[in-house]
Amino acid sequence: MIFVTVGTQLPFPRLIRAMDAFAETTAEPVHAQVGGDDSAAEHLVARDMISPEEFDELFRSARLVVAHAGIGTILSAKRYGKPLIVMPRRHALQEHRNDHQMATVAALTHVPGIHIAWQTSDLFRLLSDHALCPASSQPGPSKAALIDGLSRFIRQRERSAVLRGDLTDASRYPAPPPERPSS
Amino acid sequence: MTIFDTNRSGRKTRIFAIASAGGHWQQLMELRDAFEGCDVLYATTLDGLADQFSAGPAVVIPDCNRNSRRRAARSAWAILVRLIRFRPDVVITTGALPGVVALVLSKGIGARTIWVDSVANAERMSLSGMLARRMADLWVSQWPHVARATGARYFGAVL
Repeated sequence: MIFVTVGTQLPFPRLIRAMDAFAETTAEPVHAQVGGDDSAAEHLVARDMISPEEFDELFRSARLVVAHAGIGTILSAKRYGKPLIVMPRRHALQEHRNDHQMATVAALTHVPGIHIAWQTSDLFRLLSDHALCPASSQPGPSKAALIDGLSRFIRQRERSAVLRGDLTDASRYPAPPPERPSS
Repeated sequence: MTIFDTNRSGRKTRIFAIASAGGHWQQLMELRDAFEGCDVLYATTLDGLADQFSAGPAVVIPDCNRNSRRRAARSAWAILVRLIRFRPDVVITTGALPGVVALVLSKGIGARTIWVDSVANAERMSLSGMLARRMADLWVSQWPHVARATGARYFGAVL
């Protein structure tokens, strides 16, 4: 089963139409959460919105997930170890308020298991590849560093420790003036 | 680690961790290891979501966005009630607007505050993040160049 999701906030007709066209060519069921898109999707098992439990269930049982470049979807793919094809929403096509998904995706080009479809033709190429590697649930060094930074702040006992600047980056504050040699 | 996880009065450090449903919430969940050994109360905007991640105890608060002051007020009220009851030492949020509201209110109860801007904001700090700037004792971006450009802290990213 292939699970298609465009998130809960905005429709993404370009992706849904492409997946509808693909579903026509395959016997594999394609379930889609279409997010308020009322354009006809004849070959998909299409749903407007789904509950968190159903989303979870579909995600778990999918062989492959195809989605917009939403962070929630990317983290779910890592959590469940699924291969994920992402197609970023384009501002120019009125698919989002800005092009932040393009930037997110550009930063994901080297993440294993996240396969990027910059455009519909990439999507069909990736869909025809049945050996796409799954995303990894292993936390990387970057995530560990973030957790460590937050953890240190949380464990500072008192507010004053923060205000004193124990945890603040030296670069945020001007360096103290150099001591004048006493002549 | 117990000694590090208690505050001066001897109780565990209390953390109020809040995020809107969706990607914001998922990122908060990714940060859970940072709360180890603390008393955490989670808050999000969608019923059933916290259960799905086995995050508890958790409360549901009404969602809000920039377009509706009325919803924001309802959301603020619900958050305020929780904050007063729970008395957190630390309030952490990954956004969006309900998180900003929580940080504003947290200032009033003397909690230390953390804003972690969504990793989705790869080019600039989010609007909510800019609003949260003055309310956050620790103001974090998940992108080094965004941190440099805004004066936020950067440690790493959830991806």
